[in-house]
Amino acid sequence: MNDPWHPLRRFTQARIAQGRSGCGLPTSALLDFQIAHAAARDAVHQPWSIDRFAKGVEALGLEALSLSTPVASRVHYLQRPDQGRCLDEASRRLLKSRAVEAIDVALIISNGLSSTAVDCHGLALLEAIIDTYQRNSLRLGPICLAANGRVALSDEIGALLNARLAVIIVGERPGLSAADSLGIYLTYAPRIGNTDAERNCISNIRPPDGLSYQAAAAKLAYLTHEALRRGLSGVQLKDDMPKWLLELDDSTPESKSIISTAFLR
Amino acid sequence: MNYAATVQGRNFNFRNLKTLMAKASPRRAADELAGLAADSEVERAIAQRVLAEVPLKAFIEEPLIAPEHDEVSRLILERHDAAAFAPVAALTVGEFRDWLLADSSDLSALAAGLAPEMAAAVSKIMRNQDLIAVARRCRVVTRFRDTIGLPGRLSTRLQPNHPTDDPRGIAASILDGLLYGSGDAVIGINPATDNLDNVLILLNQLDEIISRHEIPTQSCVLSHVTTSMELMRRGAPVDLVFQSIAGTEAANRSFGIDLALLREAKAMAESLGRGGNHLMYFETGQGSALSANAHYGVDAQTCEARAYAVAREFSPLLVNTVVGFIGPEYLYDGKQIIRAGLEDHFCGKLLGLPMGCDICYTNHAEADQNDMDNLLTLLGVAGCNYIMGIPGADDIMLAYQSTSFHDALYLRQVLGLRPAPEFEAWLDRMGIFDGRNSLSDSRIAAPLLSHFSGFAGIQA
Repeated sequence: MNDPWHPLRRFTQARIAQGRSGCGLPTSALLDFQIAHAAARDAVHQPWSIDRFAKGVEALGLEALSLSTPVASRVHYLQRPDQGRCLDEASRRLLKSRAVEAIDVALIISNGLSSTAVDCHGLALLEAIIDTYQRNSLRLGPICLAANGRVALSDEIGALLNARLAVIIVGERPGLSAADSLGIYLTYAPRIGNTDAERNCISNIRPPDGLSYQAAAAKLAYLTHEALRRGLSGVQLKDDMPKWLLELDDSTPESKSIISTAFLR
Repeated sequence: MNYAATVQGRNFNFRNLKTLMAKASPRRAADELAGLAADSEVERAIAQRVLAEVPLKAFIEEPLIAPEHDEVSRLILERHDAAAFAPVAALTVGEFRDWLLADSSDLSALAAGLAPEMAAAVSKIMRNQDLIAVARRCRVVTRFRDTIGLPGRLSTRLQPNHPTDDPRGIAASILDGLLYGSGDAVIGINPATDNLDNVLILLNQLDEIISRHEIPTQSCVLSHVTTSMELMRRGAPVDLVFQSIAGTEAANRSFGIDLALLREAKAMAESLGRGGNHLMYFETGQGSALSANAHYGVDAQTCEARAYAVAREFSPLLVNTVVGFIGPEYLYDGKQIIRAGLEDHFCGKLLGLPMGCDICYTNHAEADQNDMDNLLTLLGVAGCNYIMGIPGADDIMLAYQSTSFHDALYLRQVLGLRPAPEFEAWLDRMGIFDGRNSLSDSRIAAPLLSHFSGFAGIQA
């Protein structure tokens, strides 16, 4: 049974005007939902091929450094967020052995909650970020790749690399409408124990529907510059965001979620 | 006091009451993450047996969290009504379960005599059917523009969220929900941003829709309590004051609130004179105290029950346990979510609260819509006051799945439940329902739809 207000769907992605079979969903609407949920589940549970991604990083002319957390499986990852926030012993030793010279930004990539997101958008976003960072003459370390990481993993990596700023690109929790969204979290003076209130977040990076790679890289460049200049990140940095930057994207659907302080754990 | 048992030659020692409570909890990820859970199924079962022998009054004599450090503990002790407690004062936790199951009378007088830890304790030794059977006898009725929680009724919160708070997108979801018979508990929006101007726009939009169409329901924009207070100062049309609450002072502090702030907010809402005494809307969820690192070694379900002591201090219109939202590190799968939903509903009702449930899950939990169907049906039998109504069960702003307008229709149909009486009459009057608690075939001609251009200032 079709609902005559179906044209209102142009105002929202919400599943309105689906019609009904008795009290239930019509079959087609039910199966559409199942496909969306299946895509989200796959994005969460598919492992991430770090070696293939590393080759892509090297093809960009960058050094890729593969690291690990103590997480043994995706199931383990989901149940023990604390284990996704730290390196395993071998990775810790590897970083200690090579970090001598201070750098400006430690760049880290993890699949987080969506392997699909890093595979779809990770390399292109990285390329855009490297481009803006190099134009700003920032000193970067190796591109650190770590499967099954949480945002706070960037604290330990950033500290071991003696970085002024840690930036982690991470797959966001898949929703039904978007299973391939990336987020970026930035933390000034990364140290184990940094809280989420000390981070800034750029979320919903997922062209063409979400934020573009270039827009995300531009916002990251701004936040990076301000964080390094003022020596802080998090809530205080957000409060000083110039209005023009926030207004820049008022025409796009994701404008309000682009820059917010992170409360992800 | 020491809690110990010897079973089949093995000694089990539980250091104190809160350890015993945690070990006796049905298995869940949050307690395992916190390192509080039983080490084995046998230890859990033994802990439940030991807990059954604990006198109820132990929870008054041995507070799980010291009152000198925690205002929620102080509130629990100050409000404990010895006269109301008297009928069960001599019972142990196990005897209390028997008493609850054997008794068939109204339990509402008991609520003031129960500390939340007593409700939590007895729930830990109850089967799912026990939780349903006893909760069903606890009717908690509240009223604003309609009456919620009457026997034989099931209400819904219409949740028309939009990722950018676009007023047209929100209006489209509200219209869809109303035309499917949803929205009698509240039309409640989670705003994408807590910004004052933004929240004000949404409040005005909801107020206009409700008053123009004379809908017997109430509105809420689920912003931080301080945002609502500032908007009330500016004369905004605030029906219900929302706040997320937790079961310890420290967890509440992490939400930016304390009891004094909530008292101030309620007094402001009263002074607006928009409703009666039921002016607050609280949301809770197992794991919030752990997430704030403010649980003091108390298990997630007991912390949750303590949040209900905070809620009942303010006579809310609605309390909503958002049961699977927080993720698999707290409730791992459908089994844990279902159990937690039944526990929360039971404890809340026993403590005298108008409990609803956001029956939900995230995509990284081992759960799906079938689990939601199960919990939905169980809570319908248990007499839950209201559930969520979200287009297609898919919240496009918060990126999680809950229950849909269709789900509420299903539940009303299979259990013979009706919306709140005033709202049901409105649905009949608007041609949305057919006078027999079902959607009307002629609702496509409902004035609401033909007036949609006036509904939110847009062309349909």
